[in-house]
Amino acid sequence: MNEYSKKIVKVPTVNLFREQDKDKQPVLDVRNLGIDFGGLTAVDGFNITVGPTEISGLIGPNGAGKTTIFNLLTGVYQPTRGSVLINGVDIKGMPTHKVNRLGIARTFQNIRLFTDMTALDNVKVGMHHDIKCSFLGSLLHLPSYYKAEKKANEKAMELLDFMGLADVADVKAGSLPYGVQRRLEIVRALATDPSIILLDEPAAGMNPSETTELMHQIRRIRDTFHIAIFLIEHDMNLVMNVCEAIAVVNYGRLIAKGTPEEIRANPAVIEAYLGKEEGSADAEN
Amino acid sequence: MKKILNNKTTRTNLLTYLVVIVAFAVMQAMNSAGMLGSSMKGFLVPICVYISLAVSLNLLVGICGELSLGHAGFMGIGAFSGVIIAALLKDVVANDFLRLLLAMVCGGVFAGVVGFLIGVPVLRLRGDYLAIVTLAFGEIMKNIIGNLYAGTDSEGFHMAISTSKMKLAAGGKYIVSGPLGATGIQKLATFTMGFLLVLFTLFIVQNLINSKEGRAIRAVRDNRIAAESVGINVTAFRMKAFVVSAFLAGMAGALFGLNYSSVTASKFNFNTSINILVFVVLGGMGNILGSVISATVLYVLPEAMRGLQDYRMILYAIVLILVMLFTWSPKVKEFMSVIADKVSGVFKKKEAGTNE
Repeated sequence: MNEYSKKIVKVPTVNLFREQDKDKQPVLDVRNLGIDFGGLTAVDGFNITVGPTEISGLIGPNGAGKTTIFNLLTGVYQPTRGSVLINGVDIKGMPTHKVNRLGIARTFQNIRLFTDMTALDNVKVGMHHDIKCSFLGSLLHLPSYYKAEKKANEKAMELLDFMGLADVADVKAGSLPYGVQRRLEIVRALATDPSIILLDEPAAGMNPSETTELMHQIRRIRDTFHIAIFLIEHDMNLVMNVCEAIAVVNYGRLIAKGTPEEIRANPAVIEAYLGKEEGSADAEN
Repeated sequence: MKKILNNKTTRTNLLTYLVVIVAFAVMQAMNSAGMLGSSMKGFLVPICVYISLAVSLNLLVGICGELSLGHAGFMGIGAFSGVIIAALLKDVVANDFLRLLLAMVCGGVFAGVVGFLIGVPVLRLRGDYLAIVTLAFGEIMKNIIGNLYAGTDSEGFHMAISTSKMKLAAGGKYIVSGPLGATGIQKLATFTMGFLLVLFTLFIVQNLINSKEGRAIRAVRDNRIAAESVGINVTAFRMKAFVVSAFLAGMAGALFGLNYSSVTASKFNFNTSINILVFVVLGGMGNILGSVISATVLYVLPEAMRGLQDYRMILYAIVLILVMLFTWSPKVKEFMSVIADKVSGVFKKKEAGTNE
């Protein structure tokens, strides 16, 4: 037991579902999740539920295990303990591509686009399962191929346009500016028709005006597609403004969970970010 | 129509078909005019075979991003199954062209099936490891074929992997006899069939690249983790590329086998695999037209230099090195892209002219 196990008890246990989602099944339900790498416990006792149209954030100091949690949620890592339910289905033992089909899509901290392909093709890869055309149809370019491609092109352009990327549809993803690449990654994730989308530091490397734009876009994504968004971000301005619920991790453990106001006032969070205040440690116990 | 032509990839694809068709027409015209020497005539079918092999390997190396050093193995499977099928069908199918076609399809199917079986364990590996394992596969195939005996007698078809197990009744005829290879093959291959094979290969590979499967395959090459994250089953798509590539190599191998009166397994060795890989690398990874051109030039080059005797392989190597250095230079790349833009500009103008 380390010092954090005591504090977990103080974490609010209420679901921060939005009013209209009160009675609905959570899109993401994480129970007591943990993973060990050799002797190192990277994540332990992580519990969280995300409502169907909730924007929630995951914050914590560098190396707290945030990206590891995302990797656990998407099946990149198999958890040592606990379970992850997406739309009520346990992802245990599933490979990443199957987990995605359950309705979870993600972006990456270090952008991972298909750099040699056009922006449009990147989105169409995301729509892969949406394109109804048999392998033979693809090989021989049967009429079904043209029909499916036409439909896919239209939908992909719509999605690109939604994020203001229609102009760069034919540009190779690798030669796009950084901020545009980040947005393209979001479009690609949206193209898989997810019910929750995980954004790993979407504002990293963006200037303040781009960040503001991103905040609007995140809200627009939720309001247009009616999906949940779960994001990791270091930009506190973005997190506090856009998120309806925030989870804080440190040393792989959940140390707080609540609304932005609650998080701001939470002593454990302040301690994790700013260090322990002299004398206050004993008072808390 | 205009919309289709405005698409850059479609234009490149059409250009590739056009180059191949024009080249075929020119060679055919020269042939009928008697302008081709006997040695040049002999090159026509192998050139088509090597173009198909290079294009199919490009699917694997350039598009899928997997280095395979065993392509000659699939070619060998295609060659020997094609030769056996053609011999067996001799009395059943009278039409030579149809028999050749059947032999090629069978060669392709055999190679594709072997490709699938090999793919199951092999495609768990990546990069250098995959290269080594495919290399080993190529050598194993060469050795198996080198010990293969097949023949017919009054009781029907017999096949065995060692000479002691192979017992043909009196009057039986060997089709394949171990290290001696297949002998007494009826030469069915024609330049026209070679041309059709090249067109078919281009059709399949280019269609595949521009389909959802092709996009998935390229996505896996560019970023495997991202591809998985958007629901692409990486192993399945590497397998599809592998099997299609093997199938096409098998067809080309069958045509190759039926172009000579005798074929031995040693032809399908590591050296041949590397030669095909050189065609692909020199023509540009993922560049289909490049594969077509480099396979043609590099096949003809050493043959054309036969007069130089021992020096020809040295010259061949020097030419390879120079071309590699030349094509890697950024200035040359820039120059080439300017040329490409101009060419596509002409296409666009023409199109605008016809429509408006």
